[in-house]
Amino acid sequence: MNDMRIAERTVSTNTAKITARGVQVYYGENHALKDVDIDILSGTVTAFIGPSGCGKSTFLRCLNRMNDTVASARVLGEIKLDGEDIYDKRVDPVTLRARVGMVFQKPNPFPKSIYDNVAYGPKIHGLTRNKTELDEVVETSLRKAALWNEVKDRLTAPGTGLSGGQQQRLCIARAIATSPEVLLMDEPCSALDPIATAQVEELIDELRSQFSVVIVTHSMQQAARVSQRTAFFHLGNLVEYGETGQIFTNPRDPRTESYITGRIG
Amino acid sequence: MSVGLLTLIILGLAAAGFLLGRQRALSAVKGDARALHSLPSFYGWSVFLFTAVPALLVMVAWLFLQPTLLETRITNTLPAAETATSSTDLVMADVRRLADGLDVLVAREGLDTAAVAALAADLPALSDRMAGVGVAFGADLDPAIFNAAIAYRDLGASLTGMMTIAALIVAAGGFLFALMRVHPEQRARNLVEQFIVVLLIASSLIAVATTFGIIASLVVESWHFFRIYPASEFFFSTTWNPQFRGGSDLGLWPLVWGTIYVSFIALVVAAPIGLMAAIYLSEYASPKVRATAKPLLEILAGIPSIVYGLFALVTVGPILRDWLAMPLGLGNSSSSVMTAGLVMGIMLIPYVSSLSDDIINAVPQAMRDGSFGLGATQSETVKRVVLPAALPGIVGAVLLAASRAIGETMIVVMGAGAAAKLSVNPFEAMTTVTVKIVSQLTGDTEFASPETLVAFALGLTLFCFTLGLNVLALVIVRKYREQYE
Amino acid sequence: MTDASQHAAAPKSLLVADSRTRSRKAAEMRFRLYGMMAVGVGLLALVFLLTSVLGNGLGAFRQTFVQIPITLDEKVLDKSGTRDPAVMKKVTTIGYGKLVQKAIEDELAAKGIDTQGLKSKEIMGLLSKEAPADLRDRVLADPGLIGQTIAFDAYATSRVDGYFKGRVTLETAERDSNISPEQLKVAQAMADAGMIETRLNLAFLTASDASELRPEAAGLGVAILGSAYMMLIVLVLSLPIGVATSIYLEELAPKNKWTDMIEVNIANLAAVPSIVYGILALALFINFMGLPQSAPVVGGLVLTLMTLPTIIIATRAALKAVPPSIRDAALGVGASKMQSIFHHVLPLAMPGILTGTILGLARALGESAPLLLIGMVAFVKDFPAAPPEGLMQPATALPVQVYQWTQRADPAFVERASGAIIVLLLFLLTMNAVAIVLRRRFERRW
Repeated sequence: MNDMRIAERTVSTNTAKITARGVQVYYGENHALKDVDIDILSGTVTAFIGPSGCGKSTFLRCLNRMNDTVASARVLGEIKLDGEDIYDKRVDPVTLRARVGMVFQKPNPFPKSIYDNVAYGPKIHGLTRNKTELDEVVETSLRKAALWNEVKDRLTAPGTGLSGGQQQRLCIARAIATSPEVLLMDEPCSALDPIATAQVEELIDELRSQFSVVIVTHSMQQAARVSQRTAFFHLGNLVEYGETGQIFTNPRDPRTESYITGRIG
Repeated sequence: MSVGLLTLIILGLAAAGFLLGRQRALSAVKGDARALHSLPSFYGWSVFLFTAVPALLVMVAWLFLQPTLLETRITNTLPAAETATSSTDLVMADVRRLADGLDVLVAREGLDTAAVAALAADLPALSDRMAGVGVAFGADLDPAIFNAAIAYRDLGASLTGMMTIAALIVAAGGFLFALMRVHPEQRARNLVEQFIVVLLIASSLIAVATTFGIIASLVVESWHFFRIYPASEFFFSTTWNPQFRGGSDLGLWPLVWGTIYVSFIALVVAAPIGLMAAIYLSEYASPKVRATAKPLLEILAGIPSIVYGLFALVTVGPILRDWLAMPLGLGNSSSSVMTAGLVMGIMLIPYVSSLSDDIINAVPQAMRDGSFGLGATQSETVKRVVLPAALPGIVGAVLLAASRAIGETMIVVMGAGAAAKLSVNPFEAMTTVTVKIVSQLTGDTEFASPETLVAFALGLTLFCFTLGLNVLALVIVRKYREQYE
Repeated sequence: MTDASQHAAAPKSLLVADSRTRSRKAAEMRFRLYGMMAVGVGLLALVFLLTSVLGNGLGAFRQTFVQIPITLDEKVLDKSGTRDPAVMKKVTTIGYGKLVQKAIEDELAAKGIDTQGLKSKEIMGLLSKEAPADLRDRVLADPGLIGQTIAFDAYATSRVDGYFKGRVTLETAERDSNISPEQLKVAQAMADAGMIETRLNLAFLTASDASELRPEAAGLGVAILGSAYMMLIVLVLSLPIGVATSIYLEELAPKNKWTDMIEVNIANLAAVPSIVYGILALALFINFMGLPQSAPVVGGLVLTLMTLPTIIIATRAALKAVPPSIRDAALGVGASKMQSIFHHVLPLAMPGILTGTILGLARALGESAPLLLIGMVAFVKDFPAAPPEGLMQPATALPVQVYQWTQRADPAFVERASGAIIVLLLFLLTMNAVAIVLRRRFERRW
């Protein structure tokens, strides 16, 4: 309980890490995201919920410009990280992504060793000066991802040989190895069994102390369990955004209420 | 009777069988097709198939075996003195040529059998007339050869006659057999379908037979070669120096060296360019660029190798000689390992690139997303994630390209030269296994000599090499594909 | 925290790229450039190859002719006056040669062209050695011409032809034993006077090959016919056999070791070097079965064996693309397995099968290595007869004709060979275009 209080206190004092204003996304002719305004706070887990195709994943992918890899996608509006527009022409998406990490829906470890999977980010960004430092980063990251004890004896084994839950935690370790400020998670538990899901959820809560975490989820229970703030998306609109407790117990918008009570979605 | 005519007669008989069989089935039920087990035409087809297929098989088998039979029979009639002085094969070649020449004479001048026999009276005159129809004999005609040629023609004619009779008997037998069995209760459809399945299986065996034929012809003739030429010399000697009058050195190594050297240069050109082109087209190029550049590159793959050969001979060779080899003092030959390797490399670019393209596309998008999500640039993603993941497949593709390079013939025949030597200078003319297969088999040497037969041993070597590479590559690629399925 | 040192790195501005980012970006651009260069090199090679072939070969379709009015003197050509071709055959090309020589000298004198002191033999040297034979053929074909004065277009010799196409110059003629600068000057004067003309020469496509010394008369007729015969055999044999094999393997065969072996076997056959097929043909068809050398039937058979794997692979892909629901539907109304295949699956797969067949034929058309081994490199002057006898008579093939011409000494043959390649490429282009149209027209998305 003590932890919870601390968490709640942090929420109230934390500043906006990412601010988005009037964000529109088009896939070709399809207007996928309409006029989204949101402030994502630091040191907080923010959950994006909503029915399939509501634009929550699309918005998530805007936050580290992963939509750039989709040729037909166009993003309008303004998204600022620490006050700097991330769609500014001078911004290299590569540096942005080093600061805004991402974990995907399906575990996607590289077909390399566990060690190389985690070391990949620090290597490409040149974060370490020597092998000892790199070893240290790998160990810390694996520890933070609660995977160290399970894999410390087989760091050279291929990452693809782990179980699904372990693979996803490896991907999280891989993402936090570059010390991002924000961690985006796109339905990170949808491919996992309940036990692995519980482990990952526990992990997310711990990560909050160092990163802003944004998690897209299908499961309202999960959102309620892990997040402090929740945003509800519907048909490309951001319908409602507020403290998780308030969204789930006292939604202001009738659409949110319908969704939460299971009438739409 | 000619084979074509015989085929026509058999097919005609079979067509008649179709109509009769159908008719017979219908008339047995007084024209009410519903009373038949199968559709009327199936009864017709059953007669057709039983008439045509066995008879045509007999004909083909006969045509296949007749030459061997003819050869052995005539060889046995040759006087011992003939075969003592020169090899049997050589004598038989003369016999065959003379017999063919006589055929032409008969066709052209309408000679009858007696007139042909009378030709024996004046062999020198016959020799001249033979030269007139394009069959030249070096020495004077030997009466024994003339007699053998006459016997050859006679036996050939009677064998062909026997074949005609045998095929017609089989056709008529099948015709009657099938026609008698036509009966309203007969399961004609099932019968026809089973027959067709047998035909389909037989067709699929042709592929197996081809492989068998390739291996058999290579192994048998190589065995002949190794009986008259020591295998240790062939496999371990480093000299290739065939002589017309025997005493040749037929060492494999200079040819293998040339082959490997040319293929190596070809791969050094094709593998990086093909791979980079595939990476660019699949990872970077816009759909529009890809849609134009890819088919254009594939045109290179559709161009026959003779075109590349000519390109090497008249364009690339002289350019390399005048601009590189001569100024650098490395040689003055326009055909060189470099010429052939470079041109072959160009030919292999689309081959490597389309294989690698498939393989790169098989790497799941999730891998790329994972890497981009960590802030890797596109080239870092390609170099550190996509390529390592695709490596086995790419190795397989390069091996397949290597096997193509080793087996390529026209480019090296026209671009690499004919001198068998072990040299490291890429601007020197060297030669390859395939070049020597062509030159040893298109030369004028007698077939049974080691100089000719060595081509089969070379062919066997080549076959084993390429087969090994292919199997290895296919195994690697298959393993790779399974990894992502 | 142990990792404080890394986290402590103050958040840098996104808007300013640090040196590492800049160098990574440069590496990215370099890599991209390498990719573009690789594609560029490939396309450049294609352009270079095609321009080289076109540049060398287009000249083969144009030929230099010398126009001479010739009076066909009855006293020389038909002393008996019977106009009986059998009798007239006794006059050899030498007789005609004299007639041509007199005619050209008269014409030169009539036009007032300075012959630069050339001897008669040298003046005749401007004409192809084929010219008297051409004239003889023409007269024997139409004895009624005798006594008339006809306009005779003789081929100029390859050197004169080369002079008007720019291949031969007065300088190179100095060193050439076959032509002298004076001869070229006379030729130039003749061209100025309208006696020599360079124009389209369709005989390149229709005439048969000519000997080493007469490149100007060499044509592709026999080669095109031989290739056509072989393609006919390949089509007639490989399409039914290939389709039958594919139907068996794809639709009927049980999945067991035996059919697995057949499949592996076919995959490997597709990768066997073509020269090995040539060895097979030599050993099996020619030495063992005793089929004649250089005959289209042998070439057709070996190309069939080579093409079969291609057609089988294409056909199986086409059969596989027909959805199983079609088969189920046919079986569901009580059709037999065989009926469902022949009535429904095969017709639906036909466009794919035909496309594959055409592409297979195109590859077979360009194949030369195995044909070298079965004696198709022989010099063949006579056209083979119509099939079926013609299939057993000597012929040659387009790609082999190219090879043959490149082996000859006279550089004029290089032009011929490149010209032949243009013809070959046009055939291939047509076949591929037909295949693409077929695919576009009938492609079906399920």
